[in-house]
Amino acid sequence: MAERSFAAEVEKLKMGEGEVFRGEGILAITKALLECGVGYVGGYQGAPISHLMDVLADAQPILSELGVHFEASASEAAATAMLAASVHYPIRGAATFKGTVGVNVASDALANLASGGVTGGALIIIGEDYGEGSSIMQERSHAFAMKSQVWELDPRPNLPSIVKAVKDGFELSEASNTPVILQVRIRCCHVHGRFTASDNQKPAMSVADALENPRRDTGRIVLPPASYAHEQEKVAKRMPAAQAFVRERKLNEFFGPADGKVGIILQGGMYNAVIRALQRLGLADLYGESSVPLYVMNVTYPLVDGEILDFCADKDAVLMVEEGQPNYLEQAVGAILHKAGAKVTLTGKGPLPLAGELTGAIMLEGCRSFLAAHAPHLLNDKDRAPNLESSPATGSKLAETVPMRPPGFCTGCPERPIFAATKLVQQELGEHHIASDIGCHLFSIMPPFELGATTMGFGLGPASASAFNAPDAKRRSISFIGDGGFWHNGLTTSIGNAVYNRNDGVIVVVDNHYSAATGGQDLMSSRAGNVSKSTNHPIAEAVKGIGVKWVRQIDRTYDVGRMAATLKEALTTPETGPKVIVASSECMLNRQRRERPLQAKAIGNGERVIKPRFGVDEDICTGDHACMRLSGCPSLSVKKLDDPLRDDPVAHIDQSCVGCGNCGEVAVAAKLCPSFYRADRVHNPTGFDRFLARLRSRVIGWLQARREARRLVFE
Amino acid sequence: MSGAVTISGLAPGGEDSTRDILKIAIMAVGGQGGGVLTDWIIELAERNGYRAQATSVAGVAQRTGATIYYIEMAPDTGREPVFALSAAAGDVDIVIAAELMEAGRAVLRGFVTPDRTTLIASSHRILAVSEKIVPGDGSRDGWEVLSRVNEASKRLVAFDMERPAVEAGTVISASLFGAVSGSGVLPFAKHAFEEVIRAGGRGIEPSLAAFEACHRQAEAAEAVGIGPRPEKTVARPFERVAKGPAALVGQWTGLERRVADLPEAARPLILAGLRKVVDFQDVSYGAEYLDLIDRAARLDADEYGWRFTLVAAKHVANAMAYDDVIRVADLKTRRARGRRIRDEMGADGNTVLGVTEFLHPRMAEICGMLPWRLGQWIEARPGLFAWLDRRISRGRFVRSDTVFGYLMLWILASVRPWRRGLLRHKVEHAHRTEWFERALLIREEDYALGVEILECRRLIKGYSDTRDRGMSKFDRVLSALEHLEGRDDAADWLRRLREAALLDEKGGALDSALEAIRAERLDRAAE
Repeated sequence: MAERSFAAEVEKLKMGEGEVFRGEGILAITKALLECGVGYVGGYQGAPISHLMDVLADAQPILSELGVHFEASASEAAATAMLAASVHYPIRGAATFKGTVGVNVASDALANLASGGVTGGALIIIGEDYGEGSSIMQERSHAFAMKSQVWELDPRPNLPSIVKAVKDGFELSEASNTPVILQVRIRCCHVHGRFTASDNQKPAMSVADALENPRRDTGRIVLPPASYAHEQEKVAKRMPAAQAFVRERKLNEFFGPADGKVGIILQGGMYNAVIRALQRLGLADLYGESSVPLYVMNVTYPLVDGEILDFCADKDAVLMVEEGQPNYLEQAVGAILHKAGAKVTLTGKGPLPLAGELTGAIMLEGCRSFLAAHAPHLLNDKDRAPNLESSPATGSKLAETVPMRPPGFCTGCPERPIFAATKLVQQELGEHHIASDIGCHLFSIMPPFELGATTMGFGLGPASASAFNAPDAKRRSISFIGDGGFWHNGLTTSIGNAVYNRNDGVIVVVDNHYSAATGGQDLMSSRAGNVSKSTNHPIAEAVKGIGVKWVRQIDRTYDVGRMAATLKEALTTPETGPKVIVASSECMLNRQRRERPLQAKAIGNGERVIKPRFGVDEDICTGDHACMRLSGCPSLSVKKLDDPLRDDPVAHIDQSCVGCGNCGEVAVAAKLCPSFYRADRVHNPTGFDRFLARLRSRVIGWLQARREARRLVFE
Repeated sequence: MSGAVTISGLAPGGEDSTRDILKIAIMAVGGQGGGVLTDWIIELAERNGYRAQATSVAGVAQRTGATIYYIEMAPDTGREPVFALSAAAGDVDIVIAAELMEAGRAVLRGFVTPDRTTLIASSHRILAVSEKIVPGDGSRDGWEVLSRVNEASKRLVAFDMERPAVEAGTVISASLFGAVSGSGVLPFAKHAFEEVIRAGGRGIEPSLAAFEACHRQAEAAEAVGIGPRPEKTVARPFERVAKGPAALVGQWTGLERRVADLPEAARPLILAGLRKVVDFQDVSYGAEYLDLIDRAARLDADEYGWRFTLVAAKHVANAMAYDDVIRVADLKTRRARGRRIRDEMGADGNTVLGVTEFLHPRMAEICGMLPWRLGQWIEARPGLFAWLDRRISRGRFVRSDTVFGYLMLWILASVRPWRRGLLRHKVEHAHRTEWFERALLIREEDYALGVEILECRRLIKGYSDTRDRGMSKFDRVLSALEHLEGRDDAADWLRRLREAALLDEKGGALDSALEAIRAERLDRAAE
């Protein structure tokens, strides 16, 4: 069950000819796939394309009606390998994942697919996780297109252009027997806009038809001598075919005057930012009519030499707007111009910074300084020589005051007690080398835990600790891996590797029942039933199956004491080989989303429901905040008391507490203080509940009255 | 401008053509409903003759991190405007900040500029982890940010928008939507906003309630402004009446009369300290407290603002009312505590509420409850102590709302009359006396240094290991006294040492400060 419902979005997939689709870019792509008669879709979740997977996962009825096969692939490699169905058969297929980390994983399959080529259209939708909001290293997927001779579309970030790019992508793929990458950035995936839908198409040939009459062609398989022929085909046949297709179908666009002394060449994805810069310089109107000639590359690979040379023919200077590094396009355009002896000046990274997101301010300054240098008459005085506005006086003092707010564990997260226990064990046994992985558990590297020295990628936590295999060392390494990373590749890459190489380290599998960080998609070990997927495959069984001897399963991670004891035992047991602790509790975000409506309904029709919530006795708490250093839960904060005898704020739990118990368990396990209590509110109490409560309050009331009568009470 | 080719009559270097676009950035913390607010604003624009575009950065920041949503809208002329996908520094008309520090962040990122930006911000605080984990008071200066963002914005509409949402049982996005409506910064009528909420389908009534409350406050917020910095008021101890058996009330009145002879400026604080000490033990313990305060006040004088007496009144009271098992059990079994829990949980009289206490007494705490000779005898035998600790020291989850659970705590609290004979009291009494006498002695030559020694008591707090660390910091800070005595800036150094000790748990900052003193002292010796 995903983190939020996509029922509304699923309905929109049914839209037909002429209806106006309103929604996000990534959902427009999903609809466009159905409109192009796609036969199968695979992919792996990850911002910013997760919603495509979430919607199709909930759209089973529509897909089966159209005969479209959808898979939540085990990994990006599996998703790309699935595109083999388009090698021999004229079936259109699509795979989607995050770039560049997903493309890294998919690149082996992508290279094989690109070598032999495809018959049916093969479209790879990459959500380029670059710039603000990204959670990965800042790189460009463009390199993979050049490496494997796979074409790359980078459409203008509005829904009509994106949908057109999906259609063009399939046709380009079929016209050149080459897989095509459709690259969309974060804000392009999540831009709310609209486009006019067309009817969904059943695939001309379904996967079932292909199964019933199989085809094969040794010449398409990557093995000598065919592999050498493939390479020649790529450069002699497929690329020219692609360039011709791009040119004839006018996939790249020209805006502004046909001729002029200066011009701007830009990736399609940069169109809105460039137009906005020109608008602010008064060189483009509200609707994008530009006074400066623009050559918009909606296809960023292959480049079309002719179009570039024609565009630059009458120009003194041209600006190449390209985001990220290295500047592949500037180099390629430069080579084309140089080879043709063109005299135009090409600039790009200079007015624009070498790396980093081209934000509004950077794009404005880049365009302004380019035009000031090469076409000053186009600029008004203010823009030609702006006086450098002084940095706002408010800057300095404010910068010290505003705290960082990195992402962290949600309220009631089951992973927090795992890291609280780890911190307690380290207080006892000393610091250990800790290897982290990718997922919510990576938030352990931030305060208050600060656990974890490296992350080498998804499912690679334990693998990244494999060098520390020194049996004589007095301390073992600890490595973390999430259930997502485990099933993606970690079972073999990390656990299998540790077993085979007799690694002596401790491996903690953080199992929150979902691929939680990306929105709570189900996976092999999810405990929820799933209509179309087979779940409930315990991680502990898989770990034992691959040969791990020392395995512990913990089914309530909130038991900090038991977590710490198990971890300590793993670190100190004489037994050799990898020690694996599977710490399982459901992601609280998903659990609340499922349980809260059920609870509300149960309470509504009179069932007895107990809702826990935690609290702190403010007169017992001394304001040392030791509990904060082992928790960091958003609902556990501090509050100033209006008591003149108190210097420091005391702990306080607000109404957002979900009663998971971590703060109380930590206070007990770490022997912090007796200030925490849990209040269990009984909704719709039974007659016996009421009787017992009345009896107790009478006896307790009597005891309280007796004591108060014998002492001074200040009210 | 000759020789330039123009299309569609656009004179080169004309004015910024995005004047008709309304640019809105929403700065929120992941989980605050920023997406809901964005969808509402888009719906509002599209229902009322505007074309609109919104982008969000759904991703890892959604997990309690700082995140941003960006909206652009323009009157619908039939043609599609080209909207930007992200906010540009210096080019935003409206910034909506769902928390005070996020408003500060918006200014730091250049999205709020005095020439054009209306800033609508909730002034409530969601403390960042870095603010919560500091042993001392780590929360950042909210008013500093409020005044800075006020300077940095053309118009500021700021008030606590979280409370109306919590009171209405909904999320802050509804309050923010109301504040936007009330501030009149969007060209749409209030009922247009309300229609959007009604069309939303979920939690309509609570959302409308929060919307209404913040709409009205936003209209008024303009005139109110942010007002002056609230000066650091020492909380006035409110008057309390002592109730109980006539004899005890009589003795208490006697103590109150003694307070009347003490310096007028310190009386309220001394009275608060006296109440805490008497409530902790008994009236004669209160008398003991006043004896100490008398000695503190005797050499004190009006010219010092009675600072030594004031600081002594606070810290001596805290030192005498130490956190032992008896105090915890006593506080947890009081009638007032039961009422407070019910208030905090929003439960009325007849709600059935189970209360579980999370306790972990160690042998050290139990030993402190024994007569001091027996306690010292056990502590002198580490083997025995450890054997006992293995049996006693484990987590105990006590249902204090049941008769049996309550009775256990009630019995523990009933040991109070014999407290003076117990080991813990002997230890605390010795430590308090040594610290207080030292402060009195040093005060005679260096008044300020005497005050700072008293203030160091603030370092001792927490239970078990945390308290031991607090004690070690206290000793380490006072260990610097031998280096500092005789210097005229001694007090200032001691204060800085104490503040360094409050910066982190293990006292790393404290160690480096101590190092600085030793090094500096060596140089002076070398001169």
